[in-house]
Amino acid sequence: MTPPQSRTHSLEVVDLQLGYGDREVIESLDLVIPPGRMTAIVGPNACGKSTLLRSMSRLLAPKRGQVLLDGEQVHRLPAKEVARTLGLLPQSPIAPEGITVADLVGRGRHPHQSIFSRWSKDDDIAVAAALQATETVDLADRPVDELSGGQRQRVWIAMSLAQQTDLLLLDEPTTFLDVSHQVEVLDLLTDLNRVRGTTVVMVLHDLNMAARYADHLIALSDGRLHAAGPPDQVLTVDMIRTVFGLESRVIVDPTSGQPLMLPMGRHHRNDSSTDRPADVASSERWAPSPSTRGEDDRRGH
Amino acid sequence: MEVLEAVTDDRIDRRVDAIAESVARSRARRSVRRRVVIALLGVSVIVVFAITLMVGNTFYSPSEVVRVILGHEVDGATFTVGRLRLPRGVLAVAAGACFGFGGVTFQTMLRNPLASPDIIGITSGAGAAAAFAIVMLSLSETQVSIFAIAAGLGVALLVYTLSFKDGVAGTRLILIGIGIAAMLNSVTAYVLSQAAEWDLQQATRWLAGSLNGSTWSDTVPVLVAMTVLVPVLLIQARNLTMTQLGDDTAGALGVRVERTRIIAIVAAVGLIAFATAACGPIAFVAFLSGPIAARIVGTTGSLLIPSALVGALLVQVADLCGQFAFDTRYPVGVITGVLGAPYLIYLIVRTNRAGGSL
Repeated sequence: MTPPQSRTHSLEVVDLQLGYGDREVIESLDLVIPPGRMTAIVGPNACGKSTLLRSMSRLLAPKRGQVLLDGEQVHRLPAKEVARTLGLLPQSPIAPEGITVADLVGRGRHPHQSIFSRWSKDDDIAVAAALQATETVDLADRPVDELSGGQRQRVWIAMSLAQQTDLLLLDEPTTFLDVSHQVEVLDLLTDLNRVRGTTVVMVLHDLNMAARYADHLIALSDGRLHAAGPPDQVLTVDMIRTVFGLESRVIVDPTSGQPLMLPMGRHHRNDSSTDRPADVASSERWAPSPSTRGEDDRRGH
Repeated sequence: MEVLEAVTDDRIDRRVDAIAESVARSRARRSVRRRVVIALLGVSVIVVFAITLMVGNTFYSPSEVVRVILGHEVDGATFTVGRLRLPRGVLAVAAGACFGFGGVTFQTMLRNPLASPDIIGITSGAGAAAAFAIVMLSLSETQVSIFAIAAGLGVALLVYTLSFKDGVAGTRLILIGIGIAAMLNSVTAYVLSQAAEWDLQQATRWLAGSLNGSTWSDTVPVLVAMTVLVPVLLIQARNLTMTQLGDDTAGALGVRVERTRIIAIVAAVGLIAFATAACGPIAFVAFLSGPIAARIVGTTGSLLIPSALVGALLVQVADLCGQFAFDTRYPVGVITGVLGAPYLIYLIVRTNRAGGSL
């Protein structure tokens, strides 16, 4: 792979407090996003992951503290300027009825255009490169409504690629996708990181996917930072117990060397855990996503 | 070049130019289609406008009409064309465009064809206020317009506030708006029933919308409002189109969503209110224009101008039909109402079938 080409930008969060109205979501948070790397944010439902991404991309003003992009407060920078450096793909973006793939991807060019400078050659090249990278070239003239979930998610990522930002934040880019499409999307983001040096920050529900694909893992719990660091230091039995209230085993993933978490629900705890060999067969079993657990469930622990 | 630097992988580099060309070609194709459709709509508006000036109880030739417009005295035509047909024809185009602009602005912003100002009570508010101002307070045209715009903005604010709970959900806003529209329509009916000089002309104007008896004093305020508010709205066109992707997506692409929304609401309500003060709430024009425009121009680019042209054309054609297609003369709002109601039913049935909410 070629070394990262694009300029690296720094993104950090200092003493950040976030909330909606009186409701506090993030109490106090300090974070540094490693430039040029893949970072995954994990944590139970309603722990403030999406809120954090919204604030890092200037959509939600902090109640206290700062989000610093290259040392400058992101909320004081012009919206379009931020949008040329930092992109965000929200959890459920909306495709206008009847819009074609090429048009939707073209909307990613908005921060590079103004009322006076309309569509240019650069825009076409950016759209083409985005379609190419996401293997959606053949879909270009199709209406987005007609695509499958996996195709649609690739199109949305293509739109974010067309934005050509050096930092890309994604809120649960793999939710609602089957396993092969999840892998496809994460492979694509890894390509982007390795080929272009794009700093990728993604909220993921699947801890094992997060551990496998991220260089840096951030575990949030109840609006606070629980742990941050390389996956093998963060994805531990203790962390899963404290943050998710779930018993589990963590073994070494034979395909990636990263930690692999095996959840143990009430029905699987009776076996003494030493009886269960950490062989390939069990590690290849698909771990249920903790996303189905409700918030109340978690509080019960 | 930044763009080319970013694409370093050889495998990507080779094909990107070819893809870019094909992307550019289909984009050009869509934009040609868009321009052709807009041009055809524009020409249709002009042709129908010319017809409305020539046709009536007496037919006047194009040359007579042109001479009247240029200010020459033509026997009979100066009065009929200059005083009756011209203000009526201009108001039809202007009001139709206002409804088209206002309707598609709300529909785009709230991402729902049902969220048009004539469904969610804004037109009803402006109409009730105008009827009240004219019938009960006997105010002048300008005062009536100000009254109507204040009421329109007031209703917009009221509907927005009532439907606000952790952000505004489209469905809640639409249902609350429908309720408020019903209340305001009964206010209009009450005002009309209290009117000293109750006459059918007034009643049809404020209940369904009518161009009967339009004069320049009705038409001019609408034109003035348009020269101010249409540019304001058009500057927001691209941002407005971007908000279709959802507030967060648009915001992340550099759109200042709240600012765009406030400017667009004020401009759209202003246009709707001025038009309503002049000719009443012409039924369903705001509601129909946007979806028709979307159907014929596609989703490339902003729908503001296509929708305004469709609105103008709808009002013109409906008014012509109302005047001449039947034995009795019907006000324009009756005709557009007959056109709009089936579409409303279709939309509700379709969303029900899809198992979705409004």
